[in-house]
Amino acid sequence: MKILVPVKRVPDPYAKVTVLPDGSGLDTTSLKFEINPFDEIAVEEAVRISEQREAEVVVVSIGRAECEEQLRKALAIGAHRGILVETDAELDSLGVAKVLRKVYDRESPDFVLMGKQAIDDDANQAGQMLAAMLGIPQMTFAAKIELLDGSVRVTRETDAGQETLEAPLPCVITTDLRLNEPRYVALPGIIKARSKPIDRHSLDDLGVQAECRVRVLRLQPPAPRGAGRQVQNVDELIEALRAKGVLGS
Amino acid sequence: MTRALAISLNAGDAEPLAAFCQALGVPFVLLAAGGDAPVDVGAEKIVRLEGDIPPADALSAFIAEMADGFDLIVGVAHMAGKDLLPRIAGLLGQSMVGDIVEVLSASERRFLRPVVAGNAFAEVEVANGPFVASVRATAFKSAARGGNAAVETQPAPSQGSTKRVSVSEAEGGRPDLTQARVVVSGGRPLKDAETFERLIGGLADVLGGAAGATRAAVDSGIAPNDLQVGQTGKVVAPELYVAAGVSGSTQHVAGMKDSKVIVAINTDPDAPIFEIADFGLVMDLFDAIPQLIERLRD
Repeated sequence: MKILVPVKRVPDPYAKVTVLPDGSGLDTTSLKFEINPFDEIAVEEAVRISEQREAEVVVVSIGRAECEEQLRKALAIGAHRGILVETDAELDSLGVAKVLRKVYDRESPDFVLMGKQAIDDDANQAGQMLAAMLGIPQMTFAAKIELLDGSVRVTRETDAGQETLEAPLPCVITTDLRLNEPRYVALPGIIKARSKPIDRHSLDDLGVQAECRVRVLRLQPPAPRGAGRQVQNVDELIEALRAKGVLGS
Repeated sequence: MTRALAISLNAGDAEPLAAFCQALGVPFVLLAAGGDAPVDVGAEKIVRLEGDIPPADALSAFIAEMADGFDLIVGVAHMAGKDLLPRIAGLLGQSMVGDIVEVLSASERRFLRPVVAGNAFAEVEVANGPFVASVRATAFKSAARGGNAAVETQPAPSQGSTKRVSVSEAEGGRPDLTQARVVVSGGRPLKDAETFERLIGGLADVLGGAAGATRAAVDSGIAPNDLQVGQTGKVVAPELYVAAGVSGSTQHVAGMKDSKVIVAINTDPDAPIFEIADFGLVMDLFDAIPQLIERLRD
């Protein structure tokens, strides 16, 4: 069995991000970069599967040469090999899905496991687009994954509760936060990851063009909220809410 | 943009979709695939699907088939919409703008959308040609009403290769979290499900509102999944949001900071939630909430 796991390099999800004064982007001067947390969960899940049955976990990242750091991290968690599609071109989600389709065609995995969204652009699109282009089923926002014989069962959150879906392989599964808690990677894993193979490709090698039809023109900081005030007790709170007219009658 | 196909999947979708199309100035057909189909939100016509709505693979194929003649397909950015809309875009080979909160210029195809958990807003421009979009329902609240659209019914497509094995709906009784006028949310200090229900649920009931929860509360089994408010849960913007025992993580704040009035109740005076609260009460929620329930019940 082969599992393809795309991973994205994103700003540290726990750092406070600010917009540059000219709106040209985020201030990245003191930011660390990490694997997108949803993708890390996907790597962890794929590695757990490979620990229970014969499975190869292939991780792929698209971007500048620095994305190798995130591939190494995924290899340290336990992925077997990496693919870096090196480009500095801007891609929208459709552009990313088109690149991933080429990688999918070369690798022919049994399924793709990836984060439901990246925590920088918060798009939540690439997995569904990839599944559509491949004409294979998708199961998004997975909270639980059970591999059956030739098919897979996913339990996921819906707007009103939960549902369980089942689809034949191959398919695309996107991960939600509560699927698992990624392991802490100890030093031996990090050292071992240094010698695992990473193949490098350009978009040309893969025969795909950079596409970006949704372009970010500028960023703006969120509007600040007015300063609030402290109330001393429950009565004062109720009075303040009555004055605001938000208590109904 | 000359004509839009607006896809309603859940109750309450039609109004924000109509408001968005009106803000763009484009006529639209409303496809009701779940949810309601009000005839007076200004749709050219309404196509209502009857029967069980299948998972995204079959539904997206059905919608892609009817996409001819539309240069915009739009839905609401809730779980069902996030599942379905990018798949339609992928089938049609179109790009997508998700989570739109403002139309900056219809003629220049520029929109505003939150990124990095709402810590920034991106002004995006969509290249010429048809595209797919999703909107935040909290940002497009009221559509102009009027008219009486013709309703056409069609059978819903049957399931494709993805089968729905089981569905569990959360027990109702309270208004839907994303539609409620008041939301009362609790965090991990609520201890257990029974305490959460008694205090958070109890206060929500006296206020006629919905109960919400932080990810920490959901992860520790205190509250069910579908109550999670935040970047990865539901985005809400009620008239009144009461956060009790909620620290105010970026993740949670991204899902509620557009609420009109925010109340924070927390024992820790340095909790970040106080930075965005209109009214802060430094007090133990186990004292404050029973008092609130009692006073407000009268």
